[in-house]
Amino acid sequence: MNGCPAWSFPGGLVLDGHKAESTREPVAAAPVPPVLVLPLQQHIGNPAVPVVEVGQRVARGQMLARADEYVSAPVHAPSSGTVAAIEERPVPHPSGLAAPCIVIETDGEDRPHPDCRPVPDYEALDPSALRNIIREAGIVGLGGAGFPTFIKLNPGPDHAVDTLILNGAECEPWITCDDMLMRERPREIIEGLKIMRHALRARRCLIGVEDNKPEAIAALEGALEADERETIRVCPVPTRYPAGGEKQLILALTGKAVPSQRLPVEVGIVCHNVGTAAAVYRAIHRGEPLVSRLVTVTGPAMERPRNLEVRVGTPVSDLLALAGARTTDITELIMGGPMMGFELASDAVPVIKTTNCILGLDHDPHRQAAPVRPCIRCGECARVCPAKLLPQELYWFARARDMDKVQDFHLFDCIECGCCAYVCPSHIPLVQYYRFAKTRIWAQEKERRKADLARRRHEFRLQRLEREKHEKEERQRRKKELLKKARGGDEAAKQAAIQAALERVKTRREQQHAQARNVEPQTEAQRRALAEAEERRRRLAGDSDGGDDDAV
Amino acid sequence: MRFEPRHSSPHLAPVGNVGRLMFAVVAALVPGTAAAAWFFGPGVLVNMAWCAATALAAEAAVLRLRQRPVRPALADGSALVTALLLGLALPPLAPWWLPVIGAAFAIVVAKHLYGGLGYNPFNPAMAGYALLLVSFPREMVAWLPPGDGGLDLSAVLHYSLAGTLPPGATLDALTQATPLDTLRTQIGLGRPVAEAMASRPDLFARVGGVGWVWINGLFLLGGLWLLWRRIAAWQIPAAMLGALGLLALVFWLLDPARHAPPLFHLFSGATMLGAFFIATDPVTASTTPRGRLVYGAGIGVLIYVIRTWGGYPDGVAFAVLLMNMAVPTIDHYTRPRVFGEEKGR
Ligand code: SF4
Ligand code: SF4
Repeated sequence: MNGCPAWSFPGGLVLDGHKAESTREPVAAAPVPPVLVLPLQQHIGNPAVPVVEVGQRVARGQMLARADEYVSAPVHAPSSGTVAAIEERPVPHPSGLAAPCIVIETDGEDRPHPDCRPVPDYEALDPSALRNIIREAGIVGLGGAGFPTFIKLNPGPDHAVDTLILNGAECEPWITCDDMLMRERPREIIEGLKIMRHALRARRCLIGVEDNKPEAIAALEGALEADERETIRVCPVPTRYPAGGEKQLILALTGKAVPSQRLPVEVGIVCHNVGTAAAVYRAIHRGEPLVSRLVTVTGPAMERPRNLEVRVGTPVSDLLALAGARTTDITELIMGGPMMGFELASDAVPVIKTTNCILGLDHDPHRQAAPVRPCIRCGECARVCPAKLLPQELYWFARARDMDKVQDFHLFDCIECGCCAYVCPSHIPLVQYYRFAKTRIWAQEKERRKADLARRRHEFRLQRLEREKHEKEERQRRKKELLKKARGGDEAAKQAAIQAALERVKTRREQQHAQARNVEPQTEAQRRALAEAEERRRRLAGDSDGGDDDAV
Repeated sequence: MRFEPRHSSPHLAPVGNVGRLMFAVVAALVPGTAAAAWFFGPGVLVNMAWCAATALAAEAAVLRLRQRPVRPALADGSALVTALLLGLALPPLAPWWLPVIGAAFAIVVAKHLYGGLGYNPFNPAMAGYALLLVSFPREMVAWLPPGDGGLDLSAVLHYSLAGTLPPGATLDALTQATPLDTLRTQIGLGRPVAEAMASRPDLFARVGGVGWVWINGLFLLGGLWLLWRRIAAWQIPAAMLGALGLLALVFWLLDPARHAPPLFHLFSGATMLGAFFIATDPVTASTTPRGRLVYGAGIGVLIYVIRTWGGYPDGVAFAVLLMNMAVPTIDHYTRPRVFGEEKGR
């Protein structure tokens, strides 16, 4: 269609889409709940740091917590009200643990904050100022992992961006929030795309959409102005999971295979989710930080599967009620899709920035399956692996806890898409083994870094002790000399000696302080380099709760 | 409301299971088996029954000893497939202890002593066959002539259980060598192939042995169905038949008097059974796409070599076992490049 390039990524699966269920009715706004719970960490990176106090009145869009260091994102009030608490609450995370949250009791007024003002002429801004606005708006990748968007809008001095890709593939079954967004608000996406293009100085833009969403494709096509068609193309991609994986989509649209262990920007490509583009549009043209998003509430346990515009912090139970969930029938409540999502321990947890779907199953897919059998080496897993790995070998080494071998077989190229486990006739929970191995390797790395630090500290200490010993001997020698001189009863010389000793102690102390402070990186550039290294590692690894930064 | 998270993603019920795969293999065996029973009598089925009973009993006993759950293992059908393949490979008139020893060895030694399903390096059915061929060569080469040798089920059972034949019949009169075996002997005696084949119209049809063409053709059909269902990897049979056919063609063109034509090789003996059902056993085959081509081709070459220059009537079992040994090496050198991995890394 319209001359879109088309390549094919390896492996993958044709799955039952279940998209029709939740696209029957238009998106509706979910009511603002009486209590909003906002985790300080809804993104990859450091948790945000609260800037409000308990009891303080806040307005919609007001910043509640600021970004901490480079890789981080602020959190804003999704509605007006009072800060009721800053405390640990259960958050949506595979671990099921609690984490620090800001709790807001809403006042029903939904009063906007006066500082929320649109940016009149973004094209006049230079990219770094634009990035800063996007950063201050708390925008993170809305496709899944939640990596701070402004970082991905900063190619750095070494890379020129040729192609900006918007990911509207939404290849996981059941999820339709991007689909509905593209159908209902195509202009927001295109405007957001243009802002991103400005920030990146990209030559051309492609919007990749799976061809099972003809309405979305038509809506985007229809929303493109004549003069935009030159540089922005809507490209249908064949419906095959995981077409929305970042590297898979890039390959399908450009024919470029992002090298193993590298970032797309290194081949001149940047990829963002369509929802993220719409959030950028809202931040710039309407002055709204990221305080709401579309969430698909669907699954066989819902009477009325649908898409809702939800304030971040709304409890999942509210959404279940709005979708007419038969809660007692729910056997698995999943945040995200069936292939990469995770089970929730409770429906009391809040929707966060990265929540794209709440899926309620009324049957136990795992119980249905026959028991786990040994691997019969059938190679099905390798056939469907979109990263062209050998899942059975990875499994073998992960099980044997051979952490070197498992990395030799490119564990960190695994995007945890679940294709391998889905086709495995022996029903081995392969992805679970890969997560286990990744976690273990990270832990080992941390330990090793800690041990390195400890070793270095120890060496420093030995050096210091040695030096101090020398200095002490020196001091004693000099003291003796002074005493010898002072034997004549020269009180003043004695005083001078004491004074000199005190001076020496003081300078030494100061030196030590300075040394300790210098352990921390000081400059912005250093911090940035570190953050980028960290980002690379994380993205390669796939986020711990599975996957790339874009809707898969 | 609280829920109990128990599983990590994916949360879709997996497609297929080992049991379903194995029973599809059994189904695909039916046409070829029917042809074998048609041409060589009920002994074929009696052998398969002996093998199946022994294999399942041995599987259950070993699992009990190893204190592993028995039911899922029996339900996955892998022991049954091993047994049926071995049964099909045995001569159609055999004493009961032949299939019993073969099947017991296949399950107990070749499968479980190596760790059970998924861990065994050698194809269990072929290990069992090889053991029998080495230990009982006389029983293993005594084949019936096509056209069932005139023995009905009760006569076969009599022979199987008690070793007695109907009055007047003797084993030597009833049995004879297979076409492959016969041709090899004749060539060894210096007779030209065409003449040897023409002199035994009861044994040689136009392309293969009488009856064998049908059996192989129907195993080919069942095998193609398995490929279509994506149950067997296409690379293995394609490479194996390709290599065998090509090699046979080359030698036949060079010296047609001393070498059987390629179609004879493809449609005689256990060629098709081996290509689609034995060599494709996933546990003991190579797992990488390119590795499977190498593995299949290796088997094809070895079959030709053993049939032509070796001392055994057929080469499938030894060819498969030899290539089983090469699998780790093949897999190592044919690892696919991961997504985005640069060449030469
Ligand atoms: S799909 Fe399962 S049984 Fe087959 S090779 Fe992979 S891990 Fe082994
Ligand atoms: S989960 Fe990892 S190993 Fe399995 S198919 Fe996906 S990328 Fe390949």
